[in-house]
Amino acid sequence: MATGTVQVRFFARYAELAGCETTAVAVAVPATVADVVRQVREAIPSAARFPERPLAAVNMRHVKLDAPVNDGDEVAFLPPVAGG
Amino acid sequence: MTYLTRDPIVVSTLIAEVAAPQCGGTCVFLGTVRDAPRDGGVTGIEYSAYEAMAVAEFDRLLAEARKRWPETRLAVRHRLGLVPTEEASIGIAAAAPHRTAAFEACRYVIEEVKKRLPIWKKELRADGTALWVDPAGRPAVVGPEGTP
Repeated sequence: MATGTVQVRFFARYAELAGCETTAVAVAVPATVADVVRQVREAIPSAARFPERPLAAVNMRHVKLDAPVNDGDEVAFLPPVAGG
Repeated sequence: MTYLTRDPIVVSTLIAEVAAPQCGGTCVFLGTVRDAPRDGGVTGIEYSAYEAMAVAEFDRLLAEARKRWPETRLAVRHRLGLVPTEEASIGIAAAAPHRTAAFEACRYVIEEVKKRLPIWKKELRADGTALWVDPAGRPAVVGPEGTP
């Protein structure tokens, strides 16, 4: 199975919790957003404090956790949005 | 189109952007930062965004509104950075041949912004603490150093 690299971005409270705004994780592709969430939890101990099912976006579109993720994709973890 | 700004929102600019001879109704909505005396007082809100996605999401939701109300002209600005109490964090102008479409399109934009825009706010309290705002339920206060 091939391995892909995904760019992960954290925002607002999640960036504070993670202690960083970006990281890169390797996942076996084809993968899902849920796989990326698991990888991030393993790679960044403080990410264990993220919700188990965070809001997420892939390549700047809101997606569900079963959405596919491919090599080179950008996956964003989004705290509950509060615009307006 | 510039949707995001770190400067105060100028309502007359939004109105000028949507003005057209065929429009007989213009609806303007401003969302402003409010104080919360019972929560210890709010002096301002610090807004941050996933900026590239926020722009893309604004493009998408405005396209949806224009499809639904084809004759409506729309302009929107969302502020980022520190917005003091009483100042506007968002301004929306919708102009249409008749008022019903102007009101409906304006309402659609603010409701979709609330649901979808990757923008976050941290309330700055009078006592120096700061609080990430979760519209679904208020989380724990975090201190000035960002410690949970």
